[in-house]
Amino acid sequence: MSTGPTVEQSPDAEQRPAAQQGPAADQEPGADQATGAEQAALSADWGGERRVRSTTSGPKLGPMGWLRWGWRQLTSMRTALVLLFLLAVAAIPGSVLPQRGTSDLEVNNWIDRNPGAAPLLDRLGFFDVFASPWFSAIYILLFVSLIGCVLPRIGAHWRSMRAPTPPAPRRLDRLAGARTWTVDGGDVLADAQAFLRSERWRVTRGTGANAGSLAAEKGFARETGNLLFHIALVLILVGVALGSLFGWKGTVIVREGNGFSNTLTQYDSFSPGRLASSETLPPFSFTMSDFEATFERDGSQRGAPRSFSAALQYVAEPGAPVQEKAVSVNSPLRLDGAKVFLVGHGYAPHLRLTDSEGTVVFDDTVVFLPQDGNFTSTGVVKAPDGTPQLGVQGLFLPTAALDEIRGPHSTFPAPDDPAIFASVWSGDLGLDTGAPRNVFTLETEGLTQLGLQALRPGESWTLPDGQGSLEFVSLDRWASFTISHDPGKLLALLAAGAAIVGVMLSLFVKRRRIWVRADPVEQRAGAQPDPSAGDTLGRAIRVQVGGLSRTEASDVTAEVLELVAALGGPVDEPVTHDRAPAAGAAGTSGPVDEENLT
Amino acid sequence: MTMAQWSNLLVYASMAMYSLAFISFAVSFAATRAGALGSGPAEQPERAAVGSAVTGASAAPATATTGVSDSPADAAARARATARANSAQVEAELAAEARRGRRGGGRGPAGAQDSQELPPGRRAANIAMSLTWLALGLLVVGLVARGIWAGRAPWGNMYEYSLASAAAMTGVFLGVSLRRDVRWLGLLVTMASLITLGVAVLLLYNDSPQLVPALKSYWLAIHVSAAIISGGAFTVGAAATVLYLIADRAERKPGARISHAIAVRIPDAKSLDALAYKVNAFVFPLWTFAVIAGAIWAEDAWGRYWGWDPKETWAFITWLVYAAYLHARATAGWKGRRAAVIGLIGFACFLINFFGVNLFVSGLHSYAGV
Repeated sequence: MSTGPTVEQSPDAEQRPAAQQGPAADQEPGADQATGAEQAALSADWGGERRVRSTTSGPKLGPMGWLRWGWRQLTSMRTALVLLFLLAVAAIPGSVLPQRGTSDLEVNNWIDRNPGAAPLLDRLGFFDVFASPWFSAIYILLFVSLIGCVLPRIGAHWRSMRAPTPPAPRRLDRLAGARTWTVDGGDVLADAQAFLRSERWRVTRGTGANAGSLAAEKGFARETGNLLFHIALVLILVGVALGSLFGWKGTVIVREGNGFSNTLTQYDSFSPGRLASSETLPPFSFTMSDFEATFERDGSQRGAPRSFSAALQYVAEPGAPVQEKAVSVNSPLRLDGAKVFLVGHGYAPHLRLTDSEGTVVFDDTVVFLPQDGNFTSTGVVKAPDGTPQLGVQGLFLPTAALDEIRGPHSTFPAPDDPAIFASVWSGDLGLDTGAPRNVFTLETEGLTQLGLQALRPGESWTLPDGQGSLEFVSLDRWASFTISHDPGKLLALLAAGAAIVGVMLSLFVKRRRIWVRADPVEQRAGAQPDPSAGDTLGRAIRVQVGGLSRTEASDVTAEVLELVAALGGPVDEPVTHDRAPAAGAAGTSGPVDEENLT
Repeated sequence: MTMAQWSNLLVYASMAMYSLAFISFAVSFAATRAGALGSGPAEQPERAAVGSAVTGASAAPATATTGVSDSPADAAARARATARANSAQVEAELAAEARRGRRGGGRGPAGAQDSQELPPGRRAANIAMSLTWLALGLLVVGLVARGIWAGRAPWGNMYEYSLASAAAMTGVFLGVSLRRDVRWLGLLVTMASLITLGVAVLLLYNDSPQLVPALKSYWLAIHVSAAIISGGAFTVGAAATVLYLIADRAERKPGARISHAIAVRIPDAKSLDALAYKVNAFVFPLWTFAVIAGAIWAEDAWGRYWGWDPKETWAFITWLVYAAYLHARATAGWKGRRAAVIGLIGFACFLINFFGVNLFVSGLHSYAGV
C-alpha cells in the first residue's frame, strides 16, 4: 500500500525498475496540463507520474517472479484503495445486524425471527463480524500492504533527506513566483543562502557548472509525518492486539448492600484474553451501599435517565483501608490493574417466601432484569428447600399500570408506584439433576401454578390451600459493573496521538523548492571587465529566482517573493525581463484583491 | 422569556436570514453572466484575461488586449482555463498586481472598467454574503443562549447538534470566503444550512436542558465539537465536489446543457477539485481526532475504547472512505472524477452516521432525544 495521501512523487519510485516506473504513461490526459510546463522544466528531477499501472507482460515468470509480482500488487496504491473500501463495506453488516458479545439477546431474537437466512448468516460470521475470518483477512491484508509500502519508503525518505536538492534548471522563468533582475555586484547567493537558512530551508550551493546557483528545499516533514501516521496505525493495531490477548473483562451484578471481591467465581461473565492469566486478578473488593438513579420528569424527554450513581466502599488490596467512591457513568473506579465501570442498573425487590410448613425458604433481594425503557422487569425466585419446592415468576413495575392491550406494564422508570405481579409455582424445579439452569428463567413444565397476585411493598399474599406465603418486603436496586484490564490501551493511545500529529504533517506541510541563479551579465562594449574572478563587486549580475511546489494544490510563490524582497528584487513585477525595477512601481498594498473579501 | 425561548427566537430569525441569503444567492446565480461569479482572476473576463497574460510564458500586454477584444464568453472560458491552471490564488494576486501596475501607468482598459457599476449578479451575491454573516451571527447567539440556559455545551441532543452543524457548515464556508472568493458556493451552503435547521426545528426539537448520564463529561465539549466542525467541513467539501463533477461534465461533454448552464457560473473543474481537496484534507485530521477523542471518552464511560457500537462503526467507515479518497487522489487513474465520487460516498457515510444511526439503529449512542 502506498502510504501517501499525498500527490507528491513517492520516493520509492526511484528504486523501481524502469519498466515499472515508465514515463507519464498512465497520467490522465489533461490532468496536469497546466503544470506540465513546470514539470517539463524539471522532468529530469521529477521523473514520471508516481503509481503506474503494472504492465508486467513479460514472457514467463518464474515462481520468484510471480512472488515479486504478487507482492508488488499487494503493496500498490490500487490494492490499498480496494482494501480500504472492502474494509468499509465489510464493517456495515456489523452495524446493521445485532452482534454477539454486545447484544446476545438481540442476536437470538433475530435468529428466531428469521429462521431462513439466520443459520447461513450465523455460519458466515455475520453476527460476529469484527471477529470473523473475512473481516480479519481484509484488515490483515491491508496492514501487510501498508507495512510493505512503509518499510521501503522509510529508507527512501532517509536517503532523500540526505541527498542534495537537484541543481537549478537553466531557465527559471516558468517557475512559481519567477523573478529576474539585475544587480550591480554583491554576493547575491550568499545573501539568499543566509535568508533561506534563517527561514529553515535546507540549502545546497551549486558546484561545478552550477556554481552560480543555489537550490533550497523545505517540507521533508510531509513525508516524515506520512510515515509516522502509517507506523502509528500499525502500533494502534498492536495495542489493540495486546489488549485482546493479555487483557480481561468481566461483568457482575451487585445488589444494594452486597459486595464483590475480584475472583473469577464472583463474575457473572468473564472473558479473558487468549494469553491472559485469570489466576492473577488484582485482589480488590468492594460493597455497594447505595444506588441512585434520577429521571426526567417533564416535557418531551420524560423518562430519560439523568443521573446514576453507585456508592462503593472499596478495599484496593487485602489489609488496605476502606475507601469511598461514587462510581457513575463517566467516573469509573480506577484501581491498580483494573477499572470498574458502571454500565447498568435495575430493581431488586426483597421477597420472602414461606412454604407450607411455615419455614422461610427464601428471604433476599432478587435481581429483576429490565425489559423496556420504563423498567418493566422480570425475575424469578427458586426455592428448592421448600416443601414442596416453590418457584416464583415475577413481573416488576416501578410505576405500575394495567390496561387491556398491554397488560401490566410500567409507565415511568422511577419507583413511583412499584408493584410485583407474582405467579407462584410448586413442584420439582429440576435443580437436583445437576444440569445447568438459567437463573433468570423458571421452567414451568411439570409445575403447578398456585396463583397470581399483585403485591406492593409491605404486602403479603397467603398462598391458597395453606401452601405458604409470599411477601414483598421492600424495594432495593442493583447495578452492573464492567471490570476490565487492558494492557494495550496506553500504547494505542500514544500511537493514536502520533497518528494525528503524523496525518497533520502529511497533509499540511508542503514539500517545495526554490532556486536562485546569479549569472554575470555580459559587459557592454567599453566597460572594464572585473580583473579578479570570484570577486563580483562592481559587476552586473543577472539574478533569477523561482520556486516549485511538489505538493498538489499548494503554491510556493509567496515564499519566493519573500526571498525576492529580502534580496531587493522586484516583488511586484511578475513579468520576467532584464531590467531593474522602476522606482516606486506599483504599491505595496496587500496581495489579496479587495473584491475577494466581500 | 427564558433563555431557551430567546434561543428559539434567534434560531427562527437566523432561518429567516438564511432564507433571504438563499434567495439572494439564487438571484445572483440566475443573473450572473458567464464567468462573472467566478473566483479569483475570472471574476471579470478582462481581469481573467490579464491573468492569463501574466501566466503565459510570453507575457506581453498584447495578449491581454487580444483577450479583451474577444467575445467575453470565449475570453472568460479561455482565461479561466489558463489562469487557474497553476495556482489560482497567487496568480489572482499577480493579476491584481498587474492590473494595478497598468492602471498606474495609465494604459489598458482595465482601470476604466473597474470603476463601473457592479453587475446585478455580483451585487446580489454581495448582499447574500452579508445576509449569510448575519444569519450565522444570529444562529451563534441563539446557540450561546441555549448553552447558557442549559449550563453546558449546546450540543447535547440531536436538535442542538443540528443547530451547531448548520453553524459549522456556514462558518467553514465563510471562513474559506475570507481567503478566496467562494460566493458561488453560497447557494448550496445556505441551502444545506436551511435544510439542517428546518429538520432540527420541525422534527428534532428538544425542550430539555438535561443530559443523559453518559453525556455528562467534559469530553462532550471536545469530542462532539470536533465532530460538528468536521461535519460542517465535510458538507462544504461535498458541495464543492458536486460542483466539480458538474463542471467536469460540462468540460467533457459539450452537449450537456444543464451542466454547461451551471458550469459557466462557477469556477473551472480543476480549481473546484483543488478546493474540495483542500477542505477534505483539512477535515481528515480533525475527523481522526474526533474519532480518537470519542474512543478516549468511551473508555471512561463504558469501559472500552472501541466496541463496534453502530456509531463507532460508521465513524470508522466514514474515516476509511475519506482515507480512500485521499489515497485515490494520489493514485494514477483514480484522480478527478473517481476520487470525487469516493469523497461523496464518504459524505454519505457521514450522513448515515449522523441521521441513520441516531434515528434507526439502537446503540450506546442513542442520544437523539426524539
